[in-house]
This record gives sequence, structure tokens and C-alpha cells, in this order.
Amino acid sequence: MAIFLDENSKIIVQGMTGSEGTKHTARMLRSGANIVGGVNARKAGQSVEIEGQQLPVFGTVKQAIAETGANVSVLFVPPKFAKDAVIEAVDAEIPLAVVITEGIPVHDSAYFWAHACANGNKTRIVGPNCPGVISPGKSNAGIIPADITGPGKIGLVSKSGTLTYQLMYELRDIGFSSAVGIGGDPIIGTTHIDALEAFENDPETEVIVMIGEIGGDAEERAADYIKANVTKPVVGYVAGFTAPEGKTMGHAGAIVSGSSGTAAAKKEALEAVGVKVGKTPSETAELARELYKAQ
Amino acid sequence: MDLYEYQAKDLFAEHGVPVLPGSVAVTPEEARAEAEKIGGPVVIKAQVKTGGRGKAGGVKLADNADDAQAKAEAILGLDIKGHITRRVLVAQASDISEEYYFSFLLDRANRTFLCIASAEGGVEIEEVARTNPDAVAKIPIDPLTGVDRAKATEIVAQANYPEAIRSQAADVVVKLWETFVAEDATLVEVNPMVRDPQDNVIALDGKVSLDENASFRQPKHADLVDAEAEDPLEAMAKAKDLNYVKLAGQVGIIGNGAGLVMSTLDVVAYAGEQHGNVKPANFLDIGGGASADVMAAGLEVIMSDSDVKSVFVNVFGGITACDAVANGIVQAFKLLEERGESISRPLVVRLDGNNADEGRRILDEANLPGLQRVDTMDGAADKAAELANAGV
Repeated sequence: MAIFLDENSKIIVQGMTGSEGTKHTARMLRSGANIVGGVNARKAGQSVEIEGQQLPVFGTVKQAIAETGANVSVLFVPPKFAKDAVIEAVDAEIPLAVVITEGIPVHDSAYFWAHACANGNKTRIVGPNCPGVISPGKSNAGIIPADITGPGKIGLVSKSGTLTYQLMYELRDIGFSSAVGIGGDPIIGTTHIDALEAFENDPETEVIVMIGEIGGDAEERAADYIKANVTKPVVGYVAGFTAPEGKTMGHAGAIVSGSSGTAAAKKEALEAVGVKVGKTPSETAELARELYKAQ
Repeated sequence: MDLYEYQAKDLFAEHGVPVLPGSVAVTPEEARAEAEKIGGPVVIKAQVKTGGRGKAGGVKLADNADDAQAKAEAILGLDIKGHITRRVLVAQASDISEEYYFSFLLDRANRTFLCIASAEGGVEIEEVARTNPDAVAKIPIDPLTGVDRAKATEIVAQANYPEAIRSQAADVVVKLWETFVAEDATLVEVNPMVRDPQDNVIALDGKVSLDENASFRQPKHADLVDAEAEDPLEAMAKAKDLNYVKLAGQVGIIGNGAGLVMSTLDVVAYAGEQHGNVKPANFLDIGGGASADVMAAGLEVIMSDSDVKSVFVNVFGGITACDAVANGIVQAFKLLEERGESISRPLVVRLDGNNADEGRRILDEANLPGLQRVDTMDGAADKAAELANAGV
């Protein structure tokens, strides 16, 4: 099974012909992802060779879907054009849009999210400012390195890219059903809760690792959700205990405002519903390993 | 980026939100001149990016220009919750009949915008929400439709503003929304929004936060940065395009990825508990690339921090290969040496992930002075904390 992404995923890349897009399209191809084309209105009708494959470039997402049956779009479109690109993906009703782009103004994210909602949420948006989704051995939509680990029984959802890689590495002997980077922006499409729900329903996933960080109250709401809905063991990690109030720590959404959004409050909320929270990434991996062995 | 009150009000004025005449002053003499220009009684308000100015003695009424100068003298230099007052706003004093609260903000939890409004203003809205929650209206705003006159009319009614000023207030609300959108703000707060005896509705105070991700389409926002108030190391890092935050500690930190760097700070702080309570000295995310130039720039900033006693470079090679990072470190040492700068404090490097073995080999071979390699994050944090404690 895995979540959001599997062996039937057919991926198009919006922004494939840009430097980041080309680089990561090559990486995705090398990891075995089924990439069926790209979208760039100015290069419609052409094709580009990446990793020895001729990939057609379509003028619109809609056209790309019609001609290839694509069901996933990965976006490497620069911040300036990202809003329109996401709206285009939503209007074409592609089932999954993974927005890698970092630095999108939050008014634009709020707008495309509202637009997706108004369209009945036919498109699952992951990100923005995220590393994407990987279901090892099946498919890879985004920039998560595919060679860290293989398929297995752990499901991971995280606001952070490198912490995702770190945890995948520490638990590489067990492997992952899917790892979902939801991104560190103040407004994101797919949330911790969405991923928790999907992992709970995924027969392949036995243990869930949830990585959070300072800012907002997504982890607190995830804790409430876990209490009411999740039967599988969940291990948590929260970054940013030492972050000062009022300073943005790298991710646009990683900020403690007054007394809200602190790591301590998130850890407390998770522990209150029985989630074991690691003090360090390594300790978190150990907790996940113990729970996996106890299954 | 949070703005000062005077900057917020300048933006308000640009977008047609009514504010009282006033101007910022950095010396008592300037305050006097401004008071003369306005004529009559004025209010002198400390410009600091924190609340509770009134209680701290940072807001005073002055009867005339002489008095304005004296009051400005008293307020300039005042320490308000750790913020030193270096500017005052001199504004026309107004007769206030009533005070209200109004704001537009980003609602992260609901992934939309929110309007919070109350007929009880001039006090902290959190306090009103606690003591009299019914008096606080929270109205979601659809980003697709925004706030037009009809929506504004709905808002002022829900806020229970007095009937007599609802029409004027709705005009102000529309203009505040225009400010919020046009300036890519994440917060526009007016507390208090006041009614004067002639039933005018005026933004007496203003708080605005701007989205730095929008800087590519907001070129004027760069002028609003208060370079003087910036930490010198943060300013230096910014000039080098580094994502750096200065903290009060002794272990310099360089890492890749915001989450991993935040985590590194925490792990160093835990390790520090066993080593004289040393703490992380900074947040520095060198991002995916980790080229020699970026590494050198990062080390340069960190070595410029005299509080730093040891440095921890924590890289997990995901997209970045560790051999490239190791080469970056070796090159960075050379670059800094060529510039006549020394890596004068011990460096602990942890490389893991993509091509870690090759990266470690490169570091070992280079045999850089003061550099130690520790291969686990927790172990390396402990070593860096130990070295910082020894160097303190």
C-alpha cells in the first residue's frame, strides 16, 4: 500500500525545464519513479532528454494529464509563479500536487489553499516548502534521497526535510512504507493529521514517526487526533526547544510567538496522549525501533 | 518582519487609513520641532517593538513644544522590556470618546485569514478574550473574496461597534484589508481604534508584521529594516545571504536544513547540561548546497562571535554529498587563511548520510588544525559542549 504515492503513480513535473526541476527530475528517474512528462507553456510540444529518457513537455497540466494519464504533479516553479502553477494543477484536478518551492508568500499559499477547498479538495496538496513524498521501492515525488533506505513498516511525517533524512537513515534497517515531508511554512496543504489518518489506514505501516517543530499548534491538534483516532504506535520528535521567542528559525513557520508555538507545549501535548517523544533524533529512532520490535 | 508603530502608521496613511498627524524623532530637539509643527498638545510615544509601553513610562502627554522636548528626553534611552528606545513618535493628541480593537491576521490552524474585532479596545485583547469572550468577534476571511464594503459592514456589526460609527468604521476596515493584502502583511492590528467626539474613526496605534517571502514583489519593504537595531553578527550574516540567528551561548553551530539545525541546538543544549551549562551560540542553516564559499562565510560569521568557544558542524548528507561538504570545509579553511582570518577555536564535525565515508576520509587526510571528527550527532554535540566548557 503506502500512502499518497505508489507503484501506479505517474508523475509530471511543473518547472521541469528549470535548473532545480531538471536536477531533481533526473534524481527521481534514477530512483525509479515513473515520470511521464513536464509542463512549461513556453516549451509546449518539445521534449527534453533527462537521464536518457525523452520526456514530453506539455503546455498545461490538463493536457499532460489527458495525454499521459498523470496522477501526480511535482512543482519546482519559482515563488513568483507558484500560485498560478498550483491553481493550474488544482483546476486540472490532478489527485496529488507536491509543492517543493520554498519562499512562496503566505498570501499566495492562503489563496491557492482556499481555491483548492472551493474546488472540493479534489487535489491533495503537499507543501509548499517541503521535500515531498517517497514510498521506497514504489515511487518518489520530490527531493527525498531514495538511497537512504528501502521499503518497510515505518510511516513518517515531518515538517523538516533533513530531519526526515536523518530518521530514515537511523531506521534504515527497518525501512519505510512512506515518508511525507509536509513542509515548514505557516500554511501548508497536507497536515500531520492527514498523514496520520492515512498511515492508520495503511496496512503496510506498523509504527508511525511524527516530527514537528516550533510554531503554530499543528502538533497539539495532531495529539488530539491521535488520542481519538490512531491505534498504531506513534513516536514523536519536536525540534526547537532552545529557539528564542519572536525569531524565525529557518522555516517561515518556525517561530515562537509570545507563549504559543513552543516545543515544550508540543511535547507535553503529545506525551499527554501517550506518544513517546524522543529527546534527540537518535533517541526517537530508538523508541520507534523498540515499538516496532514489540509489534 | 515586525514594524515600528510609526512605520505601520505610515503604511496606513498610504492606504487611506485615518491616522493623526505625527512624525518620528530621534532627539529631544527634533521632538520639539515636530511638536511646534503640529501645534497644541502632543503625545510622545516610545518606538519599541514590544507591548506595555504605557506602563513602562514610554507614552507621555506634552502640553506644548517645551514640554514635548522634556518628555522626549525622558523617554529616549528608556529600557522597555530589554528594548532601548532610540526613537519617539510625536503625534497630535486626540480627544477620545471610545476605544475599540481591530486586527487582520494569518490563521495558521484554519489555513486562512482571520479578523478579530471588539468594541472593547485599548487593553490587551487576550485579556478581553479571557474575561469577556463574548465581546470578541472572530470572523474568518476567505482569501478568494477578501473584505469588500459588504463584508466590512458585517464585521463591524459582529464586533458590536456602536451604530453611530459603524459606517465610518466599515470604511476603515476596508482600507485596513487593502493594507493587509497590498503590503503582504501577516498581521495588521489597531489597538486602539478610536472614536473622537466628532465621531471620526482613527487608528491611534498600529502594529504590522510583513511577510519576508514577499520581498521579491515588495521592494520598498527593504527600507523598513532597522539596520541600527540589528545584531551586528546577524547583519553580517544577512549580507552574506546566510540564514543566521544569534543566541546567547558558547557553541557555534553550522548545519544543513532548518529542522536539523534546530534539533542540533537542542542536542547541544542537553549536552551542555553535563558541561558547565554551555549553550548554542547561534542558529545557522547553510542549506542544501554547502559549498566551500557558503561554509567559509558561515565559519567567518561564527568566528567573529567572541562568545563562541567551540564550533559544531552538523551535516546530514541527503541531497548534498558528504565528500562535497568535506571539501567545502577544507576549502573554507584555506579561504579564511588566505584572508588572514584564523579558525581560532576547536571545530567538531559530524558527517553522516550520502557519501559519509568519503567525506570523513577527506577530513582525516586534510588534518586541519583544531578539527575533530565525531560520527554521531549526540556524540559530536557532547564533544563540542565539552570543548566549549574547557575554553570558557
